[in-house]
Amino acid sequence: MTSTRTKLEVNDYFLYYGDFKALDSISVEMPERAITAIIGPSGCGKSTFLRSFNRMNELILGVRTEGAVKMESQDIFSIDVVELRRRVGMVFQKPNPFPKSIYDNVAYGPRAHGIRDRAQLDEIVEKSLRRAALWNEVKDDLHKSGLALSGGQQQRLCIARALAVEPEIILMDEPASALDPIATLKIEELMQELKEDYTIVIVTHNMQQAARASDYTAFFMMHDDRSGYLNEFGPTKKIFTAPENKETEDYITGRFG
Amino acid sequence: MVDKAEIMMDTVAQTSIQELRSNIARRHLIQKLAFGTLWAAALAAVGMLLAITFYVIFNGFQVINWEFLTTPPAGGLGGEGGISTTIVATIYLVGITTTIATPLGIGAAIYLAEYASEIRGARGVMKTVVNVVRFGVETLNGVPSIVFGLFGFALFVTTLQFGFSLLSAGLAGACLVLPVIIRASEEALYAVPRGLREGSLALGATKWQTTWKVVLPAAAPGIITGVILSVGRIISETAVFYVTLGGSLRMPTGLMSGGRSMALHVFYLATETRAFDKSMGTGAILIITIVLINLTINILSRRLSARLSGG
Repeated sequence: MTSTRTKLEVNDYFLYYGDFKALDSISVEMPERAITAIIGPSGCGKSTFLRSFNRMNELILGVRTEGAVKMESQDIFSIDVVELRRRVGMVFQKPNPFPKSIYDNVAYGPRAHGIRDRAQLDEIVEKSLRRAALWNEVKDDLHKSGLALSGGQQQRLCIARALAVEPEIILMDEPASALDPIATLKIEELMQELKEDYTIVIVTHNMQQAARASDYTAFFMMHDDRSGYLNEFGPTKKIFTAPENKETEDYITGRFG
Repeated sequence: MVDKAEIMMDTVAQTSIQELRSNIARRHLIQKLAFGTLWAAALAAVGMLLAITFYVIFNGFQVINWEFLTTPPAGGLGGEGGISTTIVATIYLVGITTTIATPLGIGAAIYLAEYASEIRGARGVMKTVVNVVRFGVETLNGVPSIVFGLFGFALFVTTLQFGFSLLSAGLAGACLVLPVIIRASEEALYAVPRGLREGSLALGATKWQTTWKVVLPAAAPGIITGVILSVGRIISETAVFYVTLGGSLRMPTGLMSGGRSMALHVFYLATETRAFDKSMGTGAILIITIVLINLTINILSRRLSARLSGG
């Protein structure tokens, strides 16, 4: 927690899938250069909430939102979506490298944004792979298919791919749920290094992961109509040792969910 | 629901165990009968196909030699000569149809799979248009080819006055294979995992960059399979070209020349000459060509699965 400046600010935010209210009046401020974990039972809208920050929900038909989401006080809906997604990177639940070489996977983003110079691309690829703690494992096989890597390596490749377009925020949607414990640990170590430079928001089902890897925790719950709401937000230490709400305590002690 | 299931389980449990024992021989017998019937059906089907193939190839090879392949047909009732001009006409025809139908078909498929899906939930004119296009593609795929031929004759041969020519035949042939290419490409595009599209969009790539750089390359083997399938369709098509290409035996020299494709030649030899053996010979070459095309498709689809799993 090197800084307490607010990076993401959500104010009275609602999200609907058609007539179904998925998110109910969310308000939260997420600090810069810190890891915020989003936890909560299945179906309470954690991923939907995460995908609000890079407006990925817009790919789904019939999604409607109300309220404000701001990045450094700027309304994200007023930012061009292509530029927004460059600034807000995302790592998905299932590693999804492109069926291309490792090099082309990492160079994909910079190329899409118009960088053509080979030397510059080489530099970006190496820097991003180093930053994602993958360089030493793949530096001799940059032209091997990204799909030939192990699951954990694929996920770090996807992180490198996201870093290559110089984002400010990295969204992670259960990035380790498809990985074994050792690969999971590597991703968590990597997150600790990355938060020096990036704001990280991670959705996780794994309570221990939230407890050991995050600085702040947002606990989501759902109402009886299945709409998700933010039950409690605070420093992770406080949420896990002295939660204010009964539901939070029940959830983190494993009484449900 | 639960109660009902429990009651049913109770009654079954009380009566069945004894019965199962006495049933067992009968059940084995039925199993054998069913298996035997299926096996016989499969054998009959494969046997018939093999019989046709070998009959044509065996008889055909009596007349196939280098001269047969390289001399032009002489025409007349005796069906003298070889099939060189029909091979050339067929190659031209394949070239013209695929050149016209491939970009159109792939373009339509991309629109339907990538762009129209975004407005699938939308109301109004666009939704209707998209549904009509989809339904049209489905229907065209089942229309008898002679109908395409009649359309080609009416539009290209007569109205546009292209006459009996490679151009008329190529355009009519393109109409015939468009649904094949559209459907194969559409399915190949749908098979591309959603995660790849999201991965690209999440990096700030535009929809078009995502389609062009990620989705299309991943779908390429399936799309190419569709194009090759349509090549096979053109090679074996007769009815469409009967009414659009004419039956000229001369070597085609340009888009406006008439001609005779190999499949058409088989038809003419069998119905208008005494050279039934040469008809068989041409047929044998057609069969071999189609077998080669199908082998290519097999190799491609194996490459596809290898590529998507990281080979």
